[in-house]
Formats: sequence, C-alpha cells, structure tokens
Amino acid sequence: MKLSKPKFEIERDPARCVECGVCVNQCANRVHDWDPYDENILSEDINCVGCQRCVHLCPTRALKVLPFASRTREHGLWTSNVINEIHLQADSGGILLAGMGNSRRQTVYWDQILLNASQVTNPSIDPLREPMELKTFLGRKPPLSRGNGEFADQIYPQLELEVPVMFAAMSFGSVSLNVHKSLAQAASNQHTYWNTGEGGLHSEVREFRNRAIVQVASGRFGVSSEYLEDGAAIEIKIGQGAKPGIGGHLPGEKVTGEVARTRRIPPGSDAISPAPHHDIYSIEDLSQLVYSLKEATAYRKPVAVKIAAVHNVAAICSGMARAGADILVIDGYRGGSGATPLRVRNEVGIPIEFALAAVDSRLREEGIRNEVSLVASGGIRSSADAAKAIALGADAVYIGTAALVALGCHMCQSCYTGKCNWGIATVNPALTKRLNPEVGACRAENLLQAWKHELAEFLGGMGMNAIESLRGNRLMLRGVGLTERELKILGIKAVGE
Amino acid sequence: MLREGDIRIPSGCAIAALVNRKGEAFEGTRIADCIAMMRDRSNGLGGGFAAYGIYPEMKHHYAVHVFFDGTPQRRGFEDLLRKHFQVISTGPIPTRRKTEIQNPPVIWRYFVAPDDDLLMEESVDQQEFIVSFMTRVNAEPNGAYIVSFGRNMGVFKGVGFPEDIADFYRLDEYQGYIWTAHGRFPTNTPGWWGGAHPFALMDTTVVHNGEISSYDANRRFIEMYGYRCSLQTDTEVIAYTFDLLCRRLGLSQAEAARVVAPPLWDEIALMEPKLADRLTRMRSVFGALLLNGPFSIVLAAPEGIMALNDRLKLRPMVAAEKGEFLAVASEEAAIRRVFPALDRVWSPAGGEPVWGRVGSVAPLTDSTACREGRHEFS
Repeated sequence: MKLSKPKFEIERDPARCVECGVCVNQCANRVHDWDPYDENILSEDINCVGCQRCVHLCPTRALKVLPFASRTREHGLWTSNVINEIHLQADSGGILLAGMGNSRRQTVYWDQILLNASQVTNPSIDPLREPMELKTFLGRKPPLSRGNGEFADQIYPQLELEVPVMFAAMSFGSVSLNVHKSLAQAASNQHTYWNTGEGGLHSEVREFRNRAIVQVASGRFGVSSEYLEDGAAIEIKIGQGAKPGIGGHLPGEKVTGEVARTRRIPPGSDAISPAPHHDIYSIEDLSQLVYSLKEATAYRKPVAVKIAAVHNVAAICSGMARAGADILVIDGYRGGSGATPLRVRNEVGIPIEFALAAVDSRLREEGIRNEVSLVASGGIRSSADAAKAIALGADAVYIGTAALVALGCHMCQSCYTGKCNWGIATVNPALTKRLNPEVGACRAENLLQAWKHELAEFLGGMGMNAIESLRGNRLMLRGVGLTERELKILGIKAVGE
Repeated sequence: MLREGDIRIPSGCAIAALVNRKGEAFEGTRIADCIAMMRDRSNGLGGGFAAYGIYPEMKHHYAVHVFFDGTPQRRGFEDLLRKHFQVISTGPIPTRRKTEIQNPPVIWRYFVAPDDDLLMEESVDQQEFIVSFMTRVNAEPNGAYIVSFGRNMGVFKGVGFPEDIADFYRLDEYQGYIWTAHGRFPTNTPGWWGGAHPFALMDTTVVHNGEISSYDANRRFIEMYGYRCSLQTDTEVIAYTFDLLCRRLGLSQAEAARVVAPPLWDEIALMEPKLADRLTRMRSVFGALLLNGPFSIVLAAPEGIMALNDRLKLRPMVAAEKGEFLAVASEEAAIRRVFPALDRVWSPAGGEPVWGRVGSVAPLTDSTACREGRHEFS
C-alpha cells in the first residue's frame, strides 16, 4: 500500500493535442506514454515533478501541468504537505531528499531592505553619461601599518572581477558538462569567475581555467597538483547552505566514464564526500590545509574557505581569516544543492543577510575586515539582492541557482533524480544534449550583463560611481517591517529614520 | 531636534581659502570679505574660519580653542586639561556682541605645553597624545567641545553667517598667513556651535562643500583604526581619512589625494606599468576611502593648503593666483572681491589637487604630470 499522492496533474486538451509524441520523448520521468491499444497518449501524474518541459515544448500548447487539486481536509498544522511527507517516509523508511535550496515560506530579508537614492543635496550620477566602476579585487590585503607607503608594495594574489557576481560551485556530475561549459564561457567573457565545485576540472573546460576557482572539498575529488595549478583561486569547501554539517553523495549510476575520469575515481563507484574533512577537526587543521595549498601553488593563488551560515558564523569567520583564508565565503540557508536531506535543507542554518552583517561587523570590530574578502551566497536572486549584500558588507556574491535558472532550470527541485529534463542536473547524454553550451553561455552572460547594468543604475542613483563606495555602506539601506533587534544585527536604520 | 553626532545632516556650503605663500601675515578682514560674497550659498546656520600664524608670540605652545555649555563645564574641563598638559595661559576669546549672533557658548582659549613625563609614561608621541585627548573630550557628553588644538593656529566658528561670525570673533584684529572659511547651508537646523565648520584635528583643518555618498563606507573603514566619528559629518570623516593616510601611515598628500579621488580604472590602464600597478594596488587596498559623491575641500595645515574636488567635479571650485597669494573659493566672484585683478584663474579638474605651500610660490598642480603617468610619489 502506497499512500503518497501526485504533486501535479496533467491537463491535456484533446482538441489541441495532435499526438506528435514530443511530450513522450521529452519526459525522462516517463509521465507521458503512448498507449498502443487505445492509440493515444496517457499521462501518469504521479511521476511528474512539475518541470514544465513538456508544456514549453508542446507545439500546440495542449498541455498544462497544474498542482494536484485533491487535498486533505484543511488543517493549520497537519497540512497536505506534512501528511504527504509522512506518507512518503512510511512508504520508504528513508530520509526525504530534496534538490535546490530551502523551499519554506520564511521572510526573505532582502525584501525587507530598501536601497537609497540621491535627491537635491547630492546629484545622482547617470551611468549613460559617466563611467561606473564595478571592478572588484578579491584576495588578501596587507594590514595597514605605519611606514612610508611600503604596505602597498606587498603583493598578495588577487582575483580581478569586472562585475562582483561569480558563479557558485556546482560540480561536474551533479550538473552536466554543458552547464560547466556555459558558465565557464560566460564568466570568461564577462571577466568574472566560475567555480568547479567538488568534481574536478573537465579537460574540455580547461581552456577557461584562468577564470576558474577550483574547489577542494572533503572527498578531494578531482584534486591533483595540476588541478590546483589550473585554478585562478582555490576554494576549500567546509560546508554549504543547503546542507550544513552534511556530506555529499553522488550515486554510482551518475559516476559515468567522464565523471569518473574527472573525479579520478573508478566508474560506477559512489562518490561520497564525508561530512567533515577528515584532516580538519579544528581551526588549526584548517590553517594547515590553507597553507598546504598555498605552498603547493607557491603563494600565487588566493585561497578561499566556504562555510554554511550557522549560528556562530561571525566567530568562525574571524578564525578562518586568522587561519590564513584570503576569501571568506558564507553560504546562507537558502543556498541550493543537487541533493540534500529535505529536513536539513529547510531547518539548519541561518539567513545570509544576518550572517553577512554579523561577519562584516565582527571583522571590523577586530580591525581585520580590510585584510580579507567576503563573498555572500545562498539565494541571491537579482542585482538588487547583490547590491544589498554589498551594502551590508560583501565584496562580491556567488550565484548558483539564479545561473541555472538562466540556463533553463524550472525549480522542480528534483535534481537528485538525475532525470533533469532541461539537461542541467544530469549526466545522461540524451538529456545533457538539450542544453546547448553556446546558447547557455549566451544566456548566462546576458544575465551578468543585465545585472551589471542594474548595479550601475543603483550606484548612480545613490550618487556613487564605484562599487567600493557601496561596500559596507549600510547607510544606503533601510529596513521595513523588521524588529528593533533585527535592525540592530543588520546594522541598518528603519525606513523614515 | 537632534544635534550633530546624534543624526547625520547633509549640508551645502561655500568655501574659501587665502594663502600667502611667502608666509607673510595678513588680516582676517580679507577672508571675511571673500566668503561674504557667497552669502547666498549659506543660510545663517553655520560659519567659520581657520587661521594660521595668528599667535606668533606663543608659537611654541599649543593654542586650544574650546566651547563650553557653561562655567561648571569649563571648570571640569580645566581640571582635566591640567592633568594632561602644562597650562601656560588661560582666558576667554575676545568677542564683539552682535544682534545677528544668538546664544553663543562660553568660548575660551588656552595655551598649553605637553607634559613630557606623562608622554614617557604612556609611551606615545605628542601628536597621538593630543589626538586621543581631543577625540575623547569631544566624544563625551561633558559640555566641552575642543574646536582646535594646534600651534600658532586656531579655529573660530559658530552659528550665523560667516561674515557675522568674523565680526563676532574680531578677526580684523588677527594676522595670519593662511585663512580658510566656510559658510554653511545645512538641510536641517541643529543650531549647535560645535557642528559648524572648519573641523580641526590638531592643527589640520578641513572646510568642505558637498555630500559624501560613500560616508558610511568611509566611516566604517576608519573606525577600524581607532577613530570615532562622533559628529557624523563628512568633514569629520575627511579629516580623519587624511590623518590616517598621512600622519599615521606616512603617505604623501599627493598619494592621499589619489586615494580619496583616485583615477578611473580606464585612466590607470593607460598609465605606464609601474605607476598603474601601484595605483591599482592602492585602490584595491584603500577602496573604502574613496570619497564618492560631490565635494570640494580645502585641507589646511601650517605648511600650506591642499584643495581638491571629487573626481567628477560635481561641486564648484575655482583657484587663482595673485603674486604670492593663492586663492581658492567655491565661486570666482569671491576671489575677485579681494583680488580684482588676478595673474591666473582656473577651474581645477576633478580629482586634481591644488597646492598652496608656504615657502614655495611655484608648482601648484601635479595634474598634468599625474595624468600622463609621470608623477613621482614622494
């Protein structure tokens, strides 16, 4: 007896359907099937993940994918969703899996924060007339000390971004090679960076290595001295917002030839990333890994450390800065993932807005904010979110989900099934070919370009022409609908103040 | 109504500066005439002057100008002052009663010498000692506000039109070789004397016209290095920025000007590689000190002045020469009021500093050299 219900129902307009079979061919979840006896197309609702692929590709617009209408009796606590989840677990005895980031309806603090603009007392600056500078450097800066300017002569490696938006870590294996090709090309064209994630650097994207941040995570997949040499920077991943404290697991069926080769593991074997790095059980261990990686690359590359935003994030980040990390990456609880336990995704970690504000404030209290760079990630949806993150104190932001949406993701949150009909979160060649890397690169680049224009408009409106003047400039922010304490932690005033 | 320090108040203004580059003193009437020409740029809610060379007979001692809410506060301050310094002389600053000037505070002047034993004990240099004393007194709600603290110089400021303030302080009776002036147009009416400009940190003073949009980025950066922006004004942040860069970090004023008003990245890309590399690193380290938004400032110290516009030149500023005099003002008319015939008058480009150094009548601007990448930082 299985009690779980479909999430979606398929509505097919028989007057429009010409039985061409596109939906049958397009659905990897086998929702649509040709019935040879009745000679028509049947739809098996329960398999549908709501990815809308068939809806988009149906030439006669005969299909609608709608939420399944039949609901349990209304109850404030025992909602249909809660009941469905219990049924699923009673059916399977397993942990509920999910893809993408936290799906709960919680306050999105970005939406409670508003940006400023100049009126009368200072002029706004028109980006169509005046240069707008978004160039950003990520990497360690020397401490300021008395002397005849010699501090500026100290050289630390820097990443140079023309737009303070980078593509977040998504490993080859969890996403298709065409995703890497698209993002790598786009990052390269727009002079920003993309991140390999923990899955190695495929030989076909190696040409974009000078724009790649290579990740070293707990499974060490794909890590070699050549890999470290290839990257423009190295990122040690301690955790991610979608699954703080949890390791990763790429099932053996996804570890096909290419994935196996790039990860340097036998084909078909499960790729398991342990929850902690087994050589990092403490802050001093992190420091040893940071310096091992620096030694291995002759101090020519910045080393970033990425953590999930958790309760004690400010103190942890301060420790990371002192342990030698040049770039601190904080991933908020809305950060995405290809596969994560649903409960962990939705219940563990804190919003990036607070984590970022707390870390920036702490580093300033300790007088070391200027010595390291701060990157915010996890649920950055638009240039406005990016601008607010920068004003709260970030040097740059990472976008993962937004980049995938640009490539066609429809947020069905079923990445872990490997059946992504949009050719994104899959390594099945029949599906991956649906994402043309040239088209993908163009779309991802368009997104960066569009955000760049919007950031310039925001900046100009605020009467500034360089992004560094917005960084940490919390007076440019006001909060609406926030408590006194929330405003205090964010370090911003309320609207009208 | 909240006063400076409790709220951030943007204000528009007029500024003016007159420098005798031979170091010969002239009376304060001239600068008062100059700033009076720009009466419509201020609204009577603040005016002030900084003067250098005014106490030649006491030039080895520090002149301390202080505002008090009343006599008890003055006594409290004097006790504190005696604990930290050797007090040479004490007395009120002479003023002229005027109907235009309402409710002045108690205004006193002290000449002091540092206590060498105390300096040894706290193992700090004189400058650091004075800066920390001054910021501490001014940050605390003790009814005392130190207006200036420097040798052979002083700041005279208050609530009123600048020409009335000049008359109130009897500036016609003072002779100085550098005078700067400020007329204020705040967008709010705090009516607090301490909030008027110039802002002084030891013997460095700043007059400023503009609104720094990057204020909070600048403030939060310098506060990492021990400053407290208690007034929440742009002028204060500018003064601290130059103090950090020049006095504490040892940058030249030219370099500091390149930090607060850096060349565009596109311009840097065209410079010769060594300079481009240095400016790139300076921008990446000191990006948070870029003063973004409209401003014209005159930074004055006993050695001379530096006048600077924001890099887009969003506020007016004119410079002129007449013999050994260098004049800077928000409007040319103000300069013509005191020097009807000028040797040279020009409008400095955005981000291009103009120097009036006492003791050298020659080069005024490094702009051409800098733009062409030939400028050598000292």
